[in-house]
Amino acid sequence: MEQVTLFLQQLLNGLSLGSIYALIALGYTMVYGVLRFINFAHGDVYMLGAFTGFFVAPQVAKVFTNGKDDSFTMQNTFSILAGAGTVMLVSMIVCAVVGVLIERIAYRPLRERPRLNVLITAIGVSLFLQNMTQYFVGADPKAFPQLIPVQAIPGLGDLTLLTTQAAIIGSTIVLLAVLWFIVMKTKLGMAMRALSVNPTACSMMGVNNDVVISFTFALGSALAAAAAVLVSLDSPSISPMMGNMPGIKAFVAAVLGGIGNIPGAALGGLMIGVLETLVVGYLRPELRDAIAYAILIVILLFKPTGLLGKVEREKV
Amino acid sequence: MSRPRLLLAIVLVALLLFSMFGEHAFAGTFSYYHAVLIQIGINIILGASLNLVNGYTGQFSLGHAGFMAVGAYASASWSDHVDRIFWGVLKDPALVDKLKIPAELVKALNPGGFLNPFAVNGVFLVSLLVGGLLAAFAGLIVGIPSLRLRGDYLAIMTLGFGEIIRTAILNIDFLGASRGYNGIAPYTNLFWTYGVAAVCIYVVLVLVNSTYGRGFLTVRDDEIAAEAMGINTTKYKVIAFVIGAFFAGIAGALFAHYVGFLTPEGFNFFKSVEVVVIVVLGGMGSTAGVVLTAAMLTLLSEAQRALAHTSFVPPQYRGLLENRLILYSLLLIVFMLTRPQGLFGDLSAVRKRLTPKTAKQKT
Repeated sequence: MEQVTLFLQQLLNGLSLGSIYALIALGYTMVYGVLRFINFAHGDVYMLGAFTGFFVAPQVAKVFTNGKDDSFTMQNTFSILAGAGTVMLVSMIVCAVVGVLIERIAYRPLRERPRLNVLITAIGVSLFLQNMTQYFVGADPKAFPQLIPVQAIPGLGDLTLLTTQAAIIGSTIVLLAVLWFIVMKTKLGMAMRALSVNPTACSMMGVNNDVVISFTFALGSALAAAAAVLVSLDSPSISPMMGNMPGIKAFVAAVLGGIGNIPGAALGGLMIGVLETLVVGYLRPELRDAIAYAILIVILLFKPTGLLGKVEREKV
Repeated sequence: MSRPRLLLAIVLVALLLFSMFGEHAFAGTFSYYHAVLIQIGINIILGASLNLVNGYTGQFSLGHAGFMAVGAYASASWSDHVDRIFWGVLKDPALVDKLKIPAELVKALNPGGFLNPFAVNGVFLVSLLVGGLLAAFAGLIVGIPSLRLRGDYLAIMTLGFGEIIRTAILNIDFLGASRGYNGIAPYTNLFWTYGVAAVCIYVVLVLVNSTYGRGFLTVRDDEIAAEAMGINTTKYKVIAFVIGAFFAGIAGALFAHYVGFLTPEGFNFFKSVEVVVIVVLGGMGSTAGVVLTAAMLTLLSEAQRALAHTSFVPPQYRGLLENRLILYSLLLIVFMLTRPQGLFGDLSAVRKRLTPKTAKQKT
């Protein structure tokens, strides 16, 4: 019985970790869908999201306590949720703007060039964001303010579900629903899907491809920022290099699900999160980072299209 | 003797003469400049070897630091263990008697107290080769599965393997793990550094101008067409990759025997990016450009560091100059946006334009 509880507990932890990877992976997969290239700087947009939250949170707290206090010590549930939600929203908006700017400045002029050039630029952007952040805030990790009190949610028997984990899983479900609505039910979402099928035909149908691509970057970056704020609720240590590992793991998640495929990215993210937690729990904690690479190598060798991806024929 | 081979021979002899008679005094008096020169040489080897993979064959690898690490650790460990046994035997008369080593040989290798410099360098050559060959082997193992992939996937895959190599070293205790590996014999000098650099450039140039080179260039220019022409693209990619890894390994070995101290952190992703910056700025597929850029970037980062500590720079901006990755990342972005062929990328086009028409028709 104890074993079963332990396993369920690991699964639950994996689910909350996987939600984070899923949110970041969506950014990779959507950008890949419309532009066919890997946005190396995505992990650093995620990092910027965490730092935006870090600087915005005290201001938000001041507003919510009428300027009396700049730390989150509100007592009623409503103001806690509203405060944390505001921080997340501001961070998402800031990162959406950053994402659009990156695309506008660094990627758009290269759209007709070989993909290798764009890849090199993306690596440059990634290093630039990391090192500039390091220059401004310093290399040492910072403690993210506690937005919601960390407690175990009662009534789950032997399982422990922390409020932060519940917030991560809950917010992810809400964000995924919103994303589904945008992609499937709005005109811009339809344009995104059309663009990923055939860019030329799409622009001939009167779609402004540039707007759609900017919108995709905004959407992906906002999701990454949300993931960053959520992860900082659970593990509040943030640093300029924090985007590297989650970035790579989310990329692996996107590849696992089939890059370019939106449900695939969410599924891949959850799978990577659960697998990682199980490996750390049952095998060796040192393998935490190696497992992502191992999965990547196995998929690329045996099923490069991923679980839900379609085979793309190469045309000469 | 063909012209490139003659040039190579002249360079090697000149270097040998210099390191026999002048280097010791030079290294003593101008130790800082000596260190910078060695650094430039190592960067030239790294750049020229990665250029074979990234530039000529068009396979974007982000794992060069991983192969450098394999070479550095293998060679350091070899020197540490095997050299010690070798010299230990020679210095111990009882062991020499027991193993029945001829007295003339002992005298030649170990003439009274100091070791024969030729023997020392011979031992170092073996150590360099061990580093290079192990790195090449690693390149083969990494290359065969991953070179079936293209473009971005290959970049991520090589990045992954580079990190796996680094993590592996971090967990191997006799390589020092996270403590680092120290006490490596300081064998590296200008002769070896620039000798290897000359050989590396020679090998790359000769290869590129051979049938193999045609294979590399076809794979880069159009892989599908190359395959349709019956070219075994994977074979050419693997050959380029293994040779690139071999020289990266030797560069690592030279580095190990120069600084005398290795940490796995020194071979992380950013080290690979530094080499990529050299290749991109030099112009992918231009060996002369890459060699010049390797020298320029090394000097630039030294100058940057020197400038950061002068009174011209206000203290609050010092960090901007000291972190060379800020400059490197900007260079990558700006060059890709404005001059993707690199600083010297189209020199060969210029040379073609300058050659008289009659000569052009002949070829």
